Amino acid sequence: MIEFISQPWPWYVAGPLIGIVVPLLFLVGGKQFGLSENLRHVCAMLPGKTDFFNYDWRNGSWNLVLMLGIVIGGFIGATWLGNPDPVAISEATRSDLALLGVTNFNGLLPADIYSWEGLGTLRGLILLVGGGFLIGFGTRWAGGCTSGHAISGLADLQLPSLIAVIGFFAGGLIATFLLLPIIL
Amino acid sequence: MTTAQNAGTAHPNTMARLLPYLLIGIYFGIVFTKSEVISWFRIQEMFRFQAFHMYGIIGSAVVVGMISIQLIKRFHLKAADGSEINIPPKELGKGTRYWAGGTMFGLGWALTGACPGPMFALVGNGVTVMLITILAAVVGTYTYGVLRPKLPH
Repeated sequence: MIEFISQPWPWYVAGPLIGIVVPLLFLVGGKQFGLSENLRHVCAMLPGKTDFFNYDWRNGSWNLVLMLGIVIGGFIGATWLGNPDPVAISEATRSDLALLGVTNFNGLLPADIYSWEGLGTLRGLILLVGGGFLIGFGTRWAGGCTSGHAISGLADLQLPSLIAVIGFFAGGLIATFLLLPIIL
Repeated sequence: MTTAQNAGTAHPNTMARLLPYLLIGIYFGIVFTKSEVISWFRIQEMFRFQAFHMYGIIGSAVVVGMISIQLIKRFHLKAADGSEINIPPKELGKGTRYWAGGTMFGLGWALTGACPGPMFALVGNGVTVMLITILAAVVGTYTYGVLRPKLPH
């Protein structure tokens, strides 16, 4: 059991464990799963706000608390249930990334790029700050992110969510095949 | 501002009310970490179509969510506090916001290797530089809010 927990979990364990949160949130308090709403709630806390942020952010306190839990859960997962081996990505991905100059495959991400040190470079700024900005702007424009559209939206058979998810992949493919080779 | 007063009257037992969400969040953080969906390498593997892992996770999460939502609707299940469960349909409109905003989000997803949930799980995993990415995402959301009246939806 301990051995199973400390290994990476396969998709058929992790997927259902994530999906079950959709009904769980409905049943616990009638809440709809959507994590990017929290970015909006933070904006709603700021003074001098535009109409879009003019609401009581406390209505979203359940979601903010959930986000805090994700940080704690990440810490627990890393500290007590951690897997010391590099992420077991496919050989094909490994060689593609090596061609882009990624050399360090330890940890969850290339630590030389996605770190405080990396942030000091133009490359790091584009990836960490530019990427973050696009996520924040794009998710609110689209009205949801991976959780709100790809998981709970598709689960409710919403056509708008399907269009958004196709957009997610269009953007992801452009970034992966056109932008990353230039930036990395 | 009567913050404390409002919070006290509008939401009795705030701590007890919020505790389940904290626990669900902790559970999520562990699942995100153990399934490696917070890994930049996994996201790259997904966008390069070189493994089934991420597709299996998203696909099976959707299937489980879909079946559960059908059950909730069919049996008119209520929330724990007895209130009706309301699952509002998303408005299509012209659809511009979905493909345009979606594509923008996708660019950010691949550049950072994280989406809004995993960003926070990464902070817990010790990748504290993600706090800057989260801050940038808040600025992005704020900018959207300001430009919203001028954008097509």
